[in-house]
Amino acid sequence: MSEKVIKSADRVAEEIVEWAGAHGLETAFERAERLKPCPIGHSGACCKICFMGPCRLVGPEAEESAQGVCGATLPVVSARNFLRMVAAGTAAHSDHARDMAYTLLEAATGEAPDFTIKDEGKLRRLADIIGVPTGERSKEEIAKDVAEHIISQFGQQKGEISYIKRAPEKRQEVWRKWGIVPRGVDREVAEAMHRTNMGVDQDPENLMTAALRVSLADGWAGSMFSTDITDILFGTPTPRRSEASIGIMKEDEVNIVVHGHEPSLAEMMVEASQEQEILDYARQKGAKGINLVGMCCTANEVLMRHGIPTAGGFLNQELAVMTGLAEAIMVDVQCIMPAIAQAAKKFHTKVVTTSNKGKMLDAVHIEYDEHRAKEVAREVLRLAIDNYANRTTEGSRVHETSPVIAGFSHEYIEYMQGGRFRASFRPLNDAIMAGRIRGVVGIVGCNNPRITQDSVHDYLAKEFIRNDVLVVSTGCGAAACAKAGFMTPETALEMAGPGLKEVCEAIGVPPILHLGSCVDNSRILTVATQMVREGGLGDDIADLPAVGIAPEWMSEKALAIGCYFVASGMYVIFGSESPVDASSEVKEIMTKQWAERFGGKLEFIPDPEDILKKTLEAIDSKREALKLRKYEPGRFGTERKLMTMADRRKLEAAARPHEGVK
Amino acid sequence: MSKIIASAAIRGSHKVFRQAEELLQKVIAEKGEDYHFEFPDTAYALPMIYGITGFEVKTLKDMKTALRMTQDLLHDEPEEKIWTPYLGEALDSGMATLFAEEIWLALRYIEGLEPTKDPETGYVYNGFITDTIQRNLGIQLVDGRMPGFAAIIGAAPDDDTAVRIVRELQEKNILVFLSGSSNGDSVTKQLLRKNVELGWDVYIVPLGTETEHTLYALDWAIRASMIFGGMKPGDFRGNLQYQKDRVFAFALVLGELDDVKWATGAGAINMGFPAVCDTDVPVIHPTGVCTYEEVDKELDHEKIVQKAIEVRGLKVLVEKPPIPIAYGSAFEGERIRKEETFIEFGGTRSPAFEWARLRELDEIEDGKINIVGENWKERYEQGGVMPLGILVEVAGRKMQPDFLAIVERRLHHNINEGQGIWHMGQRDINWIRISHSAKQAGFSLEDIAKIHHAMTHKRFSTIVDKVEVTLFTTEEDVVKWREAARTDWKIRDERLAALTDETVDTFYSCLLCQSFAPSHVCVITPERLGLCGAYNWLDGKAAYEIDPTGGNQPVPKGELVDPRYGRYTGVDEYLKQASGGAVETLNLYTIMENPMTSCGCFECIVAIIPEANGVMIVQRGHTGMTPIGMKFSTLAGTVGGGVQTPGFMGIGVNFITSKKFLFGDGGIKRIVWMTKAIKERVKEKFQQIAEAEGVPDLLDKIADETVCEDSEKLVEYLTEVGHPALEMESII
Repeated sequence: MSEKVIKSADRVAEEIVEWAGAHGLETAFERAERLKPCPIGHSGACCKICFMGPCRLVGPEAEESAQGVCGATLPVVSARNFLRMVAAGTAAHSDHARDMAYTLLEAATGEAPDFTIKDEGKLRRLADIIGVPTGERSKEEIAKDVAEHIISQFGQQKGEISYIKRAPEKRQEVWRKWGIVPRGVDREVAEAMHRTNMGVDQDPENLMTAALRVSLADGWAGSMFSTDITDILFGTPTPRRSEASIGIMKEDEVNIVVHGHEPSLAEMMVEASQEQEILDYARQKGAKGINLVGMCCTANEVLMRHGIPTAGGFLNQELAVMTGLAEAIMVDVQCIMPAIAQAAKKFHTKVVTTSNKGKMLDAVHIEYDEHRAKEVAREVLRLAIDNYANRTTEGSRVHETSPVIAGFSHEYIEYMQGGRFRASFRPLNDAIMAGRIRGVVGIVGCNNPRITQDSVHDYLAKEFIRNDVLVVSTGCGAAACAKAGFMTPETALEMAGPGLKEVCEAIGVPPILHLGSCVDNSRILTVATQMVREGGLGDDIADLPAVGIAPEWMSEKALAIGCYFVASGMYVIFGSESPVDASSEVKEIMTKQWAERFGGKLEFIPDPEDILKKTLEAIDSKREALKLRKYEPGRFGTERKLMTMADRRKLEAAARPHEGVK
Repeated sequence: MSKIIASAAIRGSHKVFRQAEELLQKVIAEKGEDYHFEFPDTAYALPMIYGITGFEVKTLKDMKTALRMTQDLLHDEPEEKIWTPYLGEALDSGMATLFAEEIWLALRYIEGLEPTKDPETGYVYNGFITDTIQRNLGIQLVDGRMPGFAAIIGAAPDDDTAVRIVRELQEKNILVFLSGSSNGDSVTKQLLRKNVELGWDVYIVPLGTETEHTLYALDWAIRASMIFGGMKPGDFRGNLQYQKDRVFAFALVLGELDDVKWATGAGAINMGFPAVCDTDVPVIHPTGVCTYEEVDKELDHEKIVQKAIEVRGLKVLVEKPPIPIAYGSAFEGERIRKEETFIEFGGTRSPAFEWARLRELDEIEDGKINIVGENWKERYEQGGVMPLGILVEVAGRKMQPDFLAIVERRLHHNINEGQGIWHMGQRDINWIRISHSAKQAGFSLEDIAKIHHAMTHKRFSTIVDKVEVTLFTTEEDVVKWREAARTDWKIRDERLAALTDETVDTFYSCLLCQSFAPSHVCVITPERLGLCGAYNWLDGKAAYEIDPTGGNQPVPKGELVDPRYGRYTGVDEYLKQASGGAVETLNLYTIMENPMTSCGCFECIVAIIPEANGVMIVQRGHTGMTPIGMKFSTLAGTVGGGVQTPGFMGIGVNFITSKKFLFGDGGIKRIVWMTKAIKERVKEKFQQIAEAEGVPDLLDKIADETVCEDSEKLVEYLTEVGHPALEMESII
């Protein structure tokens, strides 16, 4: 008998997968086993952008000699494929952001009456950054201008995207030097599509540079706009306690899973599910209450702001159906498997699509309309409540959950280090300089059924904190750590290295911070920028002892994120194989050439231990370059400079107080 | 662990908040919401609330508003398990505690309960610290005489330990504030039991009996950034960054801690002030809010002071002469009463003098001490009164005759900084007392010479190479040598009088205050001394010789562009660079256009009174109203912080009798109002100048607080006496 294959490190998920197998039900885990990836496409060697092909650029000397019908070489084909993926990822995040911008606009004009401006302070800070006058104006007036400005950034044709100036000055110069400052979001995406169209850009280097440019339109525009607008509309997250696990489904309540990415309707669901009328309706139908459960990045949004529990990341969606406890799964856009509608046929679960952009066969479609947003939410809720009576005993029911503390917006991260009056990044920078914290790692990105679910996320998170590396996490990476129970302050006491533990204890935080959804990777950019501005760790993001990792990636969005981190100066490691594995030239560009030009590089490393080793090496070498004290576990401390009166006179005349997060 | 501290601080903040709220309700019921309140002698309302929020609390109603703001800063205690973060929340609670304490103490003033009086001993605590004290101490804060501040909260395990800790702090010149109690005892009581002298003069200031009284010390600190640092009220980032970078304060918490102590400590940590405890408390070591550790412990009382100083990042340089008593500027203000006196010299009791004399290098022997006079030892041992002439002979390659006056002026401080010995006066009117306790500690006559030898070297290290000290102990010798000294002083005084701005080619800057007032630059000329009154042109010159990279730098005059207003190209060039661009140009001889800036520790303020066509002068410490409708403390707020304010200027008292005083505006004839105290201080020299100006009765024509405190009466008076200012060209 062959050894049992562990499909998920999430114990509850694993149990459901096993149950499904035993009951003849199939999930992505089995499909992944059955359906091996096409090796040609997987490695970037397949060109199908015109109908002369698809052309397979394979063979023993493919790099040098293989050609498509048009004569495109392997590096050209791989780079083109790569750029297309990055453009698609950017388009996804940015289109999401566009919806948010319109919601803000209509909240400001009163056309979307269910939405209000919850964080006026952030609105005003944002207005200052983009040059919208504030002063005595009402928040609605300001919001209207801010929304219109942001909307204009999508269609801007010339010049620079306004948020670029939020990056460290040195970084902006690098971007200008290499011509990768995005002009407008849509223009970069459209141009990428044009460049990769048959017979346009045939220079691998030029194509790869374009990938960085379009990715910046994601990180420093689309995603960052989305994070900011979402905070303004729904409140900037602060830490809250909740639970994570698919086991969060309740036996005696109406369970509704909100799945996808855009938070607007989910926010309305949160509000509407607390309305007395809806609750009464649920009771009338025999349920004790309504249990709203998040999934994927929608989960991260409502977890960060309301403490709504998360049922986990992307790979848990089918499993949610298989608990037999979900009355409805409401979805919008991105990372939604059509398989859920098929799985739902075997259970009472209703799959409700809500976006005109994302419809699905065998699903109920209730179209979201921001003008009557809450009413739509009520409609979905009633549908789910009505469905409660149809629940059977069928399903895999495990009720095990892990506690989680989530809600670390960059504003709160700044606040938690000094309170309202002394908020800054000084303590974090100090801790890194003193060797209490070795460095910072972002563990982000997806799950992928070709890798045991969560296993690499969990392994890396555990190892990093043991090695005094502070971890920040978003997306399905954050869901993995949450389900594993790592995002609690106790984890710091039990598992973190001695220096990291001391810092976590002083502040009261988990050693792994939940920063939100995948668009919230923009928060990591802001945090990194703030660390640079705070001083002591160089003058560019590229100087920070920090690494970005997407160990279980699968989405094109992950590649866009990876690229904007590289363009921002960071070393980025993706797990599993490279989508450009076929071309050594392209691999060379994204490592050596990008490192030389941008200070960051993108590597694909399948072995988790290798990821760990390379990350720690990179952190240590950045520490060395910064002339920081050598990291030694358990040995740290700030060298005291004891000040005489003469020293004190020499203090910088106007000692610059911390500027605050921008 | 830190969570215990955070929880305690959060609980404490609620307690202090409730306490303030209840008292406020009671006082409002008694006095009504519009009841007006201000702390004694301050222009900064409730300074902590004002500095951090910009909100000026003036009435009980304002206190209500301030308490509502405070309430926003309160938080819930962290959960026992799976807690949300608490550091930011605990620091907010700390600030809330300070706000609530400030309101509570203000209310206690209204109720007549402050300053606190100890019910057992009758000792009256200091209470709120006035702006005047703050400004008085200005120069000590910057010249190294008062490098740091310690707030001791609670009580030492026994009286002797309390004395030991406080003495150690005094020897390091650290100003000590006392508050709070532990197990019913307090350091104040412990020191009182041991008959330790308390008060500002000896750097030990008991603030009150409760932990909440620590707020007075923090109120004092927060004003420093506004007074000296030019930070604006409400600019909490600027104010708090200043505290962290420039105010070297820390807390020593003796005895067990309760919630209110933790909460107050959390407030202090907002200011970058760490706490070191003598009990086994949890610690917070990661840095960043404070420069180093936030909370630490040291159970060994022998080490706790040093530990605290290091944790605050402070370096205290103390050089002590080889004498058997403690030494440091903290002992400078100590008094010795007659009955405590073992022996005294000078005053009116015996002939005495002290004289610094310049010699060639081969004429004296460094470290040599000569004591002249028969049986001097026996006579000293008997105590009582004795003649004493002190001759300090100095030689050095870089020594100049001009510096003698400065070396000689320091002889006063040399003696006075010893614990149990006391000095006043100078030259031939000096007066020295040695107490019984110093004598018992083994202080000998020779030690006076040893002090002068060691301290003259220390203070003038690079210009003095050799110091020989001779003490004359017989009346005959003292009188003989005094004559020689008098001849020397006469020559010296004549030479000093001849020094004018025109006769030198270099002025000196004074940047000593830049440790506190970063954009202020004093320009010191022979005819304009520093506004603190402590540094004149010669001091600057000598200090530059001693330390060419120090706080006094030469300013080449350059070209005199405007002889009336006193504008020099060299001064402008220097200022631009030294003020970091904050000041572009300076007129030395006018108040009306680009006048000198101030750090905040000026002796006097000159301010124009347009309707009287002249200026008024009021000194620090004058608490009455002035004719321009502002008290000194309020006026001072508009002058400090390194900003040029035409029409307002901080000066040293002696500048009033300089020929360059408002030279461009008409000189002393512009003075229309001046306090009696200033009149008294300057009268002799003023009279000479007034006569030279042709107005011999000018001093009488100048109004003072006994004549009027408002401008209307002032103008009436000036008209009545025919003050010359009324006839002068318009000052504006």
